[in-house]
Amino acid sequence: MTGLEAHAAEVHGAAWTIKEMFVYPNEYIYWSIQIVLYPFMTGLVAGAFVLSSLYHVFGRTELKDMARFSLLFSFALLVAAPMPLLFHLLQPQRGVFVFFTPHFTSAIAAFGIVFFTYSAIVASEIWFVSRTFFVHEIERLRNAEGICNRVRYCCYRGMSLGAYDMGPGADQADHKAIKILSGIGIPVACFLHGYAGFIFGSVKANALWMTPLMPVIFIMSAIVSGIALCMLTYIIIMEYRKLRALRNRKPWMPAKDIAGVEIETVKITARYLVGFMVAAISLELLDLVFRGYTAVKSWDILRAVIYERDFIDIFILQYGIGNLLPFIMLLWPRLTVRRAVVALVLVLMGVFMMRWNVVIGGQSFSLTFAGFMHYHMPFMPHNLETYREGFFGLLTILVLPFVLLWLVNKLVPVLSGGEEETSGH
Amino acid sequence: MISRRDFIRLSLLAGAGAGLGVGTVRAQETAGPRSRWVFLVDTMKCVGCGLCVKACKLENEVPYDLPVTRTWVERYVITGEGQISVDGKGRSVEAGTVFADTPMGARDGYKQNVFHNYTELGSNVVVPPDMIAKSFFVPKLCNQCDKPPCVQVCPVGATFKTADGVVLVDRTWCIGCGYCIMACPYGVRFFHPVYRVAEKCTWCYHRIVKGMKPACVMACPFEARRFGEANKPDDPVAQVVETDRVAVLKPEFGTRPLVYYLGLDENVR
Repeated sequence: MTGLEAHAAEVHGAAWTIKEMFVYPNEYIYWSIQIVLYPFMTGLVAGAFVLSSLYHVFGRTELKDMARFSLLFSFALLVAAPMPLLFHLLQPQRGVFVFFTPHFTSAIAAFGIVFFTYSAIVASEIWFVSRTFFVHEIERLRNAEGICNRVRYCCYRGMSLGAYDMGPGADQADHKAIKILSGIGIPVACFLHGYAGFIFGSVKANALWMTPLMPVIFIMSAIVSGIALCMLTYIIIMEYRKLRALRNRKPWMPAKDIAGVEIETVKITARYLVGFMVAAISLELLDLVFRGYTAVKSWDILRAVIYERDFIDIFILQYGIGNLLPFIMLLWPRLTVRRAVVALVLVLMGVFMMRWNVVIGGQSFSLTFAGFMHYHMPFMPHNLETYREGFFGLLTILVLPFVLLWLVNKLVPVLSGGEEETSGH
Repeated sequence: MISRRDFIRLSLLAGAGAGLGVGTVRAQETAGPRSRWVFLVDTMKCVGCGLCVKACKLENEVPYDLPVTRTWVERYVITGEGQISVDGKGRSVEAGTVFADTPMGARDGYKQNVFHNYTELGSNVVVPPDMIAKSFFVPKLCNQCDKPPCVQVCPVGATFKTADGVVLVDRTWCIGCGYCIMACPYGVRFFHPVYRVAEKCTWCYHRIVKGMKPACVMACPFEARRFGEANKPDDPVAQVVETDRVAVLKPEFGTRPLVYYLGLDENVR
């Protein structure tokens, strides 16, 4: 190796890791912000899907509006979910090897199978939900002029897959297919995310991660975050539409006819959210209590991390502001949209901090159990690595699902004014 | 026109034939006696000179001045009860307090009686010679585990165990996910700063397959690192492992390491 090559090289992780006391020489925070985002994103996917299934499978008709929206959002999130993994790889161009040469003793190897199975389910469900809308659009655009309309016409022709049947039998078949797909989708969604938990929970070298509870904890917090994000996005979009409608209102139209978000929908969804929050927090606390009670060899260093070094991250930001406060806010009588929005933002922050505390917290102590590592997230990127593993990498990934949602909504509108025209599922 | 019955019969025959063929090739591949290497570290003999680390870095193209290394030497000092010096000020410690470090993997050896980076106490800790209850050095390297967790978790099979028991990384196939680094309980893996793939000690595989010894073994002036073949009964290293009281690092992980230690202290991490 020439001196020049070695000079240009950097130790991956050295830019954001600060070591303290006795740490092995090769230890760094190798899994940083992108790996915090990965379970956060898959969690949102799973949660959004479970929310939509509450309507499709269990017939919770009060969730009808949310269900259609969250199904589509789940798809947008799903497409974005592998991006943090890709951002994190040191050889991203080889990422496809996971699909081509999976090594099945590895928990990550099944990613391709789980991911594509789930994608297929969500995409098919969206197709069944939107099929009648496609046929209506094809009819409407059949003789329309203009390049834009022709492109749209071709798109819908393609997306309909040649199924133009609009008879009562066809409608029933669609309903049935949606119900079956949602039913299969729930365990697959839970598996997708429980599996992300397994990736961490099965690392026996890591004292904080290794617990069989990890997949279940991940699933519960996933549903919490997914419901919260769907509610939040739904409220924001509905309120934005209301504002826009009010601004464009003709003088003779009464303002009260322009509906914004339905507080009843928010209240009902919030009830489910609180239920899942209770399950998630109970499991997390069980894990903590169990570790303290059994106090195996690793407990000394874990206690130092949990109760001292990461105290603010865990007990203030995650449990206090991220769980307890929104819990009270959502349960307090006379819930308003504004209060719900604040609570939902806090819930999302709480789940994000939970992922942070698992991923970063699990690496903040050394394998020696006699030293610590601190993660200092790079802010201003000075090279590709500090961009990908820093604040701007985080922003890129967080914005991506919303861009995708906007794109998907162009073809399968559930957010625009034309949503009533979509099928009545 | 082939009947369904014939089709199934022919398919089964073809399948069995193919299986037999593959089996024969496999049998040929594994035929012949394979080396089963074994590594012995005698901690009683190590003086912490760091020559092994230097030799390893030069032999294996690990950038010399960067803080990652395939092998390293740890220093342990266990105190008696009394006063140590923290940033120049006296401080009482209990008997049995452990200080350990491995600056730059001990590439330049241990020349100073200072432990850096003990931030909780202060940045420079000095244990006066009369306060040292015991002290020793422990060389570390890849254990070439018989049940390697790193191989288990690699999502693309880029890291693998050779037929002779050494765990290697295929630099053309590693995707750089870091799962193997996370899975190793011994912290021996890192990302190669130049090749940007997982990197680890290979016991100098390129040397040992030619009958040579690993670079660190050759560099050690005190025979603290020894290398032998487990399946040769008259091999001196194999004999030590077989007849002496040896220990392995972190046996609780069930990885079955092939690096054996003589004189391992309970304080070794």
